[in-house]
Amino acid sequence: MSVPDPVSIPPVLEVRDLYKYFPVSQSPLDMLRRKPLEYIRAVDGVSFALRRGEVVALVGESGCGKTTIARTVIGLEEQTSGEILFEGQWVGASQRRLRAGLAPLEASGPGSRQHLQFPKIAMKRLRQQAQMVFQDPYESLNPRATVYEIVAEPLVVHGLSRRREEREARVKSALEEAGLRPAEDFLSRYPHELSGGQRQRVVIASAMVLRPELLLADEPVSMLDVSIRAEILNLLNDLRRRSGVAIVFITHDLSTVSYFADQIAVMYLGRIVEIGPTEDVLRFPQHPYTKALLSVVPVPNPRLRRERTILQGETPNAANVPPGCRFHPRCPQARERCRVIDPDFVDVGGGHRAACLLVEARDDGSGQSGARGT
Amino acid sequence: MKRNLVEFWRVFRGNGMGILGAILVASILVVAILGPAMTPYEPSQIVRDADGRALIFAPPSVHPPLGTDDASRDVFTQLVHGARISLAVGFLAGFIAMFIGSLFGILAGYFGGWVDTLLMRATDVLLVIPDLPLMLILVATLRQMDLHVSPLAVLTLVIGLLYWTSTARLIRSQVLTIKERQFVARARAIGAGHWHIIRKHILPQIMPLIVANTVLILSTAILVESGLAFLGLGDPTQPSWGTMLNFAFDRNAVSNGAWWFYLPPGLAIVWVTLGCVLLGNVLEEILNPRLAMHHLEGEQHMVARREESRAEGKGCADHDSG
Amino acid sequence: MTRDDTPLLSVRHLSTEFLGLDGPAARALEDVSFDVFAGRTVGLVGESGCGKTTALLSILRLLPASGRITAGRVLFDGTDLLSLSEREMRRYRWKEMAIVFQGAMNALNPVMRVDEQIREGILLHRLLDVEAANRRVDELLELVGIPSARGNQYPHQFSGGMRQRAMIAMALACRPRVLFADEPTTALDVMIQAQVLELLKSIQTELGLAIVMVTHDLGVVAEVCDSVVVMYGGKVAESGTCDQVYNDPQHPYTQRLLQSFPDLQRRSQDLASIPGTPPRLSELPPGCRFEPRCHARIPLCRQVGPPLVALHTPAVARPDETPYLTGHYAACHLRLGEEVRL
Repeated sequence: MSVPDPVSIPPVLEVRDLYKYFPVSQSPLDMLRRKPLEYIRAVDGVSFALRRGEVVALVGESGCGKTTIARTVIGLEEQTSGEILFEGQWVGASQRRLRAGLAPLEASGPGSRQHLQFPKIAMKRLRQQAQMVFQDPYESLNPRATVYEIVAEPLVVHGLSRRREEREARVKSALEEAGLRPAEDFLSRYPHELSGGQRQRVVIASAMVLRPELLLADEPVSMLDVSIRAEILNLLNDLRRRSGVAIVFITHDLSTVSYFADQIAVMYLGRIVEIGPTEDVLRFPQHPYTKALLSVVPVPNPRLRRERTILQGETPNAANVPPGCRFHPRCPQARERCRVIDPDFVDVGGGHRAACLLVEARDDGSGQSGARGT
Repeated sequence: MKRNLVEFWRVFRGNGMGILGAILVASILVVAILGPAMTPYEPSQIVRDADGRALIFAPPSVHPPLGTDDASRDVFTQLVHGARISLAVGFLAGFIAMFIGSLFGILAGYFGGWVDTLLMRATDVLLVIPDLPLMLILVATLRQMDLHVSPLAVLTLVIGLLYWTSTARLIRSQVLTIKERQFVARARAIGAGHWHIIRKHILPQIMPLIVANTVLILSTAILVESGLAFLGLGDPTQPSWGTMLNFAFDRNAVSNGAWWFYLPPGLAIVWVTLGCVLLGNVLEEILNPRLAMHHLEGEQHMVARREESRAEGKGCADHDSG
Repeated sequence: MTRDDTPLLSVRHLSTEFLGLDGPAARALEDVSFDVFAGRTVGLVGESGCGKTTALLSILRLLPASGRITAGRVLFDGTDLLSLSEREMRRYRWKEMAIVFQGAMNALNPVMRVDEQIREGILLHRLLDVEAANRRVDELLELVGIPSARGNQYPHQFSGGMRQRAMIAMALACRPRVLFADEPTTALDVMIQAQVLELLKSIQTELGLAIVMVTHDLGVVAEVCDSVVVMYGGKVAESGTCDQVYNDPQHPYTQRLLQSFPDLQRRSQDLASIPGTPPRLSELPPGCRFEPRCHARIPLCRQVGPPLVALHTPAVARPDETPYLTGHYAACHLRLGEEVRL
């Protein structure tokens, strides 16, 4: 569980004010009419941090931006603005712009046409220490590569362990740590010969073979059978306990993360609307969206009768973010001022905060009195 | 790999058309390879009968197996030697076209952007210009230029440099699809560079398609070569089947009723082209990634895919970060 | 709302197999029996390969060419659907029984407007003339919560949730008495899922519809279903009311499955998992299909497949009649009870 650091070791990952906008392509007619560029505001100002061995869950429905955040952190996308700090070090575009004496991006508007290049060396190093586990175990493995080739690939790409024996040893140990034993049996197999759970273990092994500090897991168990999910979740839990890897766990499934995460960040339409220690967020949700989500997650208990807040309508398109509080059109508790004011985070104590005008600042994280942490 | 071959053979041998195509092609290959060993004569050797007289337009009943031409030369020998020429030019030109087409297709599909635009516009230009007139002009011009290059080489080059367009389009669209698949994203996330991804992830996926397409291109090349040779652009000293047809018409074989001179090369061309087309079509059917994936898939999985978000999915797909 | 004691649909000993390319057939279903009552919802639950979708397709006789029903009866209002010709069967499809498929995006014709597609079903069964059919389409759109202005749009202009609603509207076009839903909310976000489930419940109350819902989500079943049939490897492992099965699971598979399903309200327990994988339906063991993965197995389990037994006395309408499956049943050698003979 998260304990305040006595010494200030920089967090493994820190994301500050991350924005990622995708321009909507225009037809030539629009361009002629000089229609202003529209943007899909996939990530609209997100900040969070995680320390060694910590698990943060990014939870939200489709379109909330959680996958985009992961892709940006790992380098599959370039951020429009904002900082990604990896062990206290800058990665990516902003740093270069500062070095080059260029104006901060806000002035020139997001998504400006200048092509931003990541400094190649820094990115490569990041990729050695941050790895991603993808959602679909049937799609994320090259069907024509053997398990050995798949798990060895990160080593090959980064030029590590060039000698065959060393490479093979590392691959085997990664496979065994991922629960595929004996490793020799799996080396020359192809993905289609393995079950979904085994494939996901191969994915995890290949992510862990470089001994990364950070793992980004995008819906790692959503496509697996229910009875196999626990295995994979337990595996991830083991890995973080043994190697201290920090995990960003992305999912839409609130039930799963309740078992696994230290912190939960609830996302809506590109922003984090509530973040805090898992127990606090689940037991004392502050934001109306969080409350609504928790009330409709199906629970395998037929005797449970509860008040369900079913929101009407759907999440708006990220190209048309509502003014003021972005949740106000669907919020059961919306007031006049919610239409106008975009709420800042309100601290309710213990690292638990929510971005809602109706939440009162508190000290104890819950709205109930009681001892909380140090 | 081995499992794939076994699997492939199992499906292939059940396909009548494919087997037929394979037999047709294989038989011609055998003829081409054995070549001169199959006949006691030389192509330009004058055949004489028992009394030492020349046999002009002698039918097969007089001089088996395929009679003689107007200069008393054995037609069968010419046919067998012609096989080598036709196939050599056809195959070589085909491979050049395939190579260029695949290269351009991969570059255009993978890198997108201006590379794609440039290559595809080049493709469009070539598609618009009618091939035959263009080739006639090119070959004729190059020959006028007295480059001391064998006419066959000129022919090969011209065909190869003009017939890559369909391959390029095919490969490009396939690469576009593969590029979006999750295992490629994973490779990028690991930190793999472009060439690694192309070599290890893209190429193995499109190889089967390239193979199938090559066979089809070969048939086109052979046909085109025959056409050009028939029009007189081949090498008279190294006659291909097309050239034989050219001779036959030039030297009045038709009016003399010497069907054994013009029918065999024509049939041979049809034979090999048909074989290639059958084989190529069947290969493409079997190796088409969309179909080929099926038996690689293992069990069905019933946990449905989550719906791609409009914003995230669209944004990610539209924004090409190369 | 009067609820009949006689089932609307009775599946008895249904068995289906799929012919393999070469090699043995896959026995996708074996001896599956359950009852469906008007105004109530049955959940068919299980993981990959358990046969739940095959069961739906078998009942509606929509199996692909390689599928064959090898045994059993499907009684709808007294008529055995399996004995009907294809033409006769078509009169039942959509009119009496309708299906909402998994992945609505694929089941909707992308080049046809949504209201046209709904109307198609009505006109095909010649229930109404065109004008009346149009009015019915409007009614249906309203019923499922799609603004009528959007009726003439194409499927790609709809979001996932709306497409699912459109599918439901199509299914209800001919006023069926039974609605089959194959993973109706699996691909949807949790809030949309809640909306769609709420919609189904309200439609059920309003129309007295019987619903058979296939899903792998135990939470959804608990929220929405009255009774549940747990399937494994093509057979019924356990069935009963939700209350019975969730609070007193008798089959080891059910027990473990419930333990492996995360419960947001009761987070203190650890999540269990079941080692191994479901069996290949073309290579089934002679005994109990769950035996290789079972934590409570005995030697008998490997040799003999356990029959479905009634754990408590089933509620029977009349003693001399065929028992209806309204009790709690399990197929496990460790559970004793009266064998169910239908």
